[in-house]
Amino acid sequence: MIKIAYVWWLAALILGAAAWFDLRARRWGNAVFWGILATVFAAGDSIIAANKAGDRLPVQVVGAAVVALALLAGFGGMRRKVLVDSDAAQREASALRLGHRLFAPALLIPLATTLLLLLAPALVYGDWRLLPASPTVPALALGCCIAAAVALYVTRSRPGQALQESSRLLDQLSWAVVLPMLLAALGNVFENTGVGAAVAQLVAMVVPTDSALACTVAYGLGMIAFTMIMGNAFAAFPVMTAGIGLPLLIRQHGADPAVIGALGMLTGYCGTLLTPMAANFNIVPAVLLELKNEYGVIRAQAVTAVLLAVTNIALMYFLAFRNV
Amino acid sequence: MNYWPLLGVAAVVAGFALRLNPMLVVVAAGFVSGFAAGLSLPDLLALIGSAFVNARAPMLVILTLPVIGLLEHAGLREHAQRWIAGLYFMSLSLLLICYMALRQILGAFGLTSIGGHAQTVRPLIAPMAEAAARKTQPALDDEQRERTRALAAATDNVGLFFGEDVFVAFGAVLLIQTFYSSNGIALEPWAIAVWAIPTAFAAFLIHAVRIVVFQYGLRASAAAADGTERTP
Repeated sequence: MIKIAYVWWLAALILGAAAWFDLRARRWGNAVFWGILATVFAAGDSIIAANKAGDRLPVQVVGAAVVALALLAGFGGMRRKVLVDSDAAQREASALRLGHRLFAPALLIPLATTLLLLLAPALVYGDWRLLPASPTVPALALGCCIAAAVALYVTRSRPGQALQESSRLLDQLSWAVVLPMLLAALGNVFENTGVGAAVAQLVAMVVPTDSALACTVAYGLGMIAFTMIMGNAFAAFPVMTAGIGLPLLIRQHGADPAVIGALGMLTGYCGTLLTPMAANFNIVPAVLLELKNEYGVIRAQAVTAVLLAVTNIALMYFLAFRNV
Repeated sequence: MNYWPLLGVAAVVAGFALRLNPMLVVVAAGFVSGFAAGLSLPDLLALIGSAFVNARAPMLVILTLPVIGLLEHAGLREHAQRWIAGLYFMSLSLLLICYMALRQILGAFGLTSIGGHAQTVRPLIAPMAEAAARKTQPALDDEQRERTRALAAATDNVGLFFGEDVFVAFGAVLLIQTFYSSNGIALEPWAIAVWAIPTAFAAFLIHAVRIVVFQYGLRASAAAADGTERTP
């Protein structure tokens, strides 16, 4: 069976390779950054186990390491690799030679992953099963490995070349690739320090309770604002719905809970489109696409998000109270 | 009620507004909220550390990098651009609207892992969009190129967000159902997912119109450039 631990080791291998190539190129800051991350990924499961067993030292070391990563990234300790386009001619020639064959491995990542996910219940032999009970992550990892093998065959490259290319991309992505993890950690800190409860109480204090329209607008805006703070509509939904949706809209004004739930969540998604806190959707792609403005993706989707939020709140008001 | 941890939120807003490095902002905000809530330094480090280790999943995007890197090195982006440039009927709006529709429909069937910024946007959609934009505005300047690429990423986000909620086994639908059932309201997942359909259509319409407007802007700038060249 492909255990999830193998997936973390594979990630650690890719990160470790980046550290190794940076070490050889004397980019010390980058080497330390990727080295720390490779260690966290390789030792992650034992760190969690130690924490559960009551030994807090390993997680505290990780906490200190997180501070080190932030300081490295924040004070210019990492160098973004300058893209040299010296091999542009070679890439053009290779593109002409290989043609549509280049598409195959790229499309194989999603196709193989999806196929593995769909077939997961059938890939068993007696007690042995290829994928564990929650197959999404192992299926993605296996899909990437299959695609990598095909890519090596199509481009006639050595396996070492694949790790060299991933290291090049990691140096280009730099710290942005870690930001989603860090933001998830911050969300956890916010939750544990009572930020969510405080926000819900503040919102509940300012909402006039006797107007269904005002409550609907307050719920929608609250979902957007709180999603923007947390970077995640999933974190905002329970807080806002327990604070406004359930007591005011559903219990007091008789709104349809299914409508409030679905449209409340989707209104929160409009907030996700607007916030740098949702780094994996908004900041990482800006770096991936080498945009000069790191808020470029947010700028491109802001108008859509605002128009859709207005639509959603209107839909919520008219659909939730259709039987009242 | 202790309202002081909200200072962490203020730190985030101020940090992003001042465009400080996001890594520093996030860690600083965590410390502000933690100390405001009265946590000691060892407790806070343990909280941040365990949250960080438990949040490894978003980093799995790096598993795709060896494949994408190899293919880019072998000219994938150049080939994608040449292919789109050679399709006479292809335009920027057709490309992006079709991609958004595909992402929404597949998402509605739960197939969200098809597509993504690292898997499809960087190696395929962004270079294709650039090639398609050059058909409308051959002299694409840096600002227009940047906006075209950003629009490709935004289209992926919109297609993903407003398609997946229609899928009954999607996490958001199950989260809503679980929240209600713990509050004594029993709902079937499909009864929740069905209300995501109007928004799915609205999102498609709004964003499709914006893509067409963007292409119209490119055409206008191309026409203006033509005009200035003709009149000395």
